[in-house]
Amino acid sequence: MHDDVVIRVIAKVMIPAVMLFALYVQFHGDYGPGGGFQAGVVFAAAFVLNAMIFGLNRGRHAWPARLNLLAICGGVLLYGLTGVASMLLGANYLDYDVLGATTQSGQHIGILLVEFGVGLTVASVMVALFFTFAGRLTHIRLMAKMQAHEEADQRKTKRKARSTKKRARK
Amino acid sequence: MSNLIAHWNYFLVIALMMIGFYAVIARGNMVKKMVGLSIFQTSVFMLYISMGKVANGTAPILTGDTTTLYANPLPHVLILTAIVVGVATTAVGYALIIRVYESYGTIEDDELIKIIETEENAEAGDA
Amino acid sequence: MMQHLPILQVLLPLLGAPLAALLRHRDMAWGLALLLTGAAFLISIILFSQQQMTGETLVYDLGGWPAPIGIVYVIDAASALVLPVISGIAFVATIAARRLVEAEIDARDHALFYAAWLLTIAGMLGQVTTGDAFNIFVFLEISSLSAYALVAMGAGRDRRALPAAFNYLILGTVGATFYVIGLGLLYMLTGTLNLVDLSDRLADVQSTRAAFTALAFIALGLFLKMALFPLHFWLVPAYAHAPSAVSALMAATATKVSVYVLIRLVFGVFGIDFPGLADAVGLLVLTLGIAGAFVGTLAAILETDLKKLFAQSSIAQLGYMAIGIGAMSATGLAAAFIHLFNHALMKGALFLAIGAIAAQVGRAGMGTIQGAGRQIPLTMTAILVGGLALIGVPLTAGFISKLYLVRALLEQDFWLLAALTFISSALALAYVWKIIETAWLKERPKGAPVLVETPVHYVPAWLMVIATIGFGIFASPLVDAAYAAAHVFIGGAR
Repeated sequence: MHDDVVIRVIAKVMIPAVMLFALYVQFHGDYGPGGGFQAGVVFAAAFVLNAMIFGLNRGRHAWPARLNLLAICGGVLLYGLTGVASMLLGANYLDYDVLGATTQSGQHIGILLVEFGVGLTVASVMVALFFTFAGRLTHIRLMAKMQAHEEADQRKTKRKARSTKKRARK
Repeated sequence: MSNLIAHWNYFLVIALMMIGFYAVIARGNMVKKMVGLSIFQTSVFMLYISMGKVANGTAPILTGDTTTLYANPLPHVLILTAIVVGVATTAVGYALIIRVYESYGTIEDDELIKIIETEENAEAGDA
Repeated sequence: MMQHLPILQVLLPLLGAPLAALLRHRDMAWGLALLLTGAAFLISIILFSQQQMTGETLVYDLGGWPAPIGIVYVIDAASALVLPVISGIAFVATIAARRLVEAEIDARDHALFYAAWLLTIAGMLGQVTTGDAFNIFVFLEISSLSAYALVAMGAGRDRRALPAAFNYLILGTVGATFYVIGLGLLYMLTGTLNLVDLSDRLADVQSTRAAFTALAFIALGLFLKMALFPLHFWLVPAYAHAPSAVSALMAATATKVSVYVLIRLVFGVFGIDFPGLADAVGLLVLTLGIAGAFVGTLAAILETDLKKLFAQSSIAQLGYMAIGIGAMSATGLAAAFIHLFNHALMKGALFLAIGAIAAQVGRAGMGTIQGAGRQIPLTMTAILVGGLALIGVPLTAGFISKLYLVRALLEQDFWLLAALTFISSALALAYVWKIIETAWLKERPKGAPVLVETPVHYVPAWLMVIATIGFGIFASPLVDAAYAAAHVFIGGAR
């Protein structure tokens, strides 16, 4: 992207706001509309915006790939293990009632944990998708460039060979 | 006639569905196929979401008032899952398209079939 | 812990998938996959024997929410029969996978391969266990999406895996979306998604056109997923170009799960008395089934690549299952269940043996196995026994399948169909003879690569072969279980 001051300044203001809104959607999800899916996508949008405006390398720096795999798997495991926890406490799988002191607090804890797991996985999967596809693009461009260079080189050597032949004939 | 107008959402859904399905079947370009598939899936999302609408119902957030009419949230939740599935399908599909392009240099069905047929004939010759 | 078994056998592979992806080390990921599929197999055997002994339906409420509101997992005679097939084949295929994956897939992708492998197994087990119609769709997509990725992983060895996986994805998604459309219509009619509840409430509205449309969409979507002729075009390239381990797992299980889901939806929800089911749908399924049996067998005779040959024969075998379903009787359904079980064993044996060859030389064509009967006798014998079972030779499991299939057809006086079934089975002899002729009666050409076999190569395939022969000789427990499964959907005496 072109180095545009307006976009950069606005992005710097907007990105924290987007992330904050994602956290609101995430943690207000058990009282109002919201939850892990929506929050995860909004949260990932902040990172995608960052990478689009400040470049892929800086974006990758902000959200390293190793960490991303951990987040993808960790989210799923958090979801699953919440269910296992309620199973170990003597109830059925994903029965939140037994997780807290009362039924209500148990439901709160359960939904919070599960939705956090969902949010973590969705956010990191969206970021991973963007980086994978965008990374492929630079890869494809690089390949095309290298091919063009190679073709140009071949043409050059051919021309050289022809000109040396001509000279030799002379 | 009024019956037809009252069910306008179904006509919208059917139109979208057929547009998407036609693109999936009739287009030879893999990207266009994926676009058609996305439209096809979206039409089903619309079918479910419009089915959750309750006349005069509000957003399904408990108000404490027992006389409040709520929209049915269940189809929305189902479609949330289906949307996530759709995103995953789209991602896998485009990833495959990129790999096909890198490997074959084309994403047109008819050209691909030609290349594959020559490969298979060569293999059959070996065998 | 015993009461949690219905969820555990789905949950273990499901949670194993992210763990396998995190492990990164290929032997650890393989070990985890082996451990978890083994555990799932053990659990499904326990569930099966528990169900057989008590004869009751086990219901597990997820999240403590009972049936019509929450999602329930149901172990009845039908799901208890199908579960051990899937988890057992998954276990044996995982044993074989180590060698096959090492030979065919880039070392960096191994952890991710096993993650997708576990996911697809979890998805299939989930489809069989769940008692919620939308949950079936979710598990269907879990298993399909990871299957697309698994098929595409064959690209390192054979780049045709990529377009094959793409076509599989397009048709698979269209099929799943058709299923969801049908489900949406059902939900609009009844306001419920629980299978039992759905079947109860559907009885009031069963003569409406919307209900029949829903049946049409659901059946069509599942026909696509189970590769019923003429909707089978995705299957052959997907099986042929996938990595050998994936071919073995999918050929043996993937389409069978869709057959099971079709039976569960059509007979369990709509019911045999649903208007138009017995004549319209039954006739359609019968016709397509017998056509598929002929088309698949004839196409298999013309193929020279072993994987493609047996993928084509899968179309024929799915045709036989469809004939069993189309007979619309308890015996027919029992025959479909018996064939589902036996065909999984045969195809498991065949594809594991072919995989052992393909992993060594890249592909298993007729040229590769020419004269190989003396070089790798055990592997080739496994292929031979599998092929004989496909024909339906006595003492193999295939004979039992054909026996009950013909019996179901004769029960309804479908003489012509029974004769056609017999002829198409006999035609299968042509492609099996082609293999015998090439492998044993021809000399190995000079300069052909030397094929080897060690226990690692043939033990997984032979486990399946022994099961094929075992269920061919001692068939009565299987037959009883299949009848019990059929009676879940259609009442009546044996």
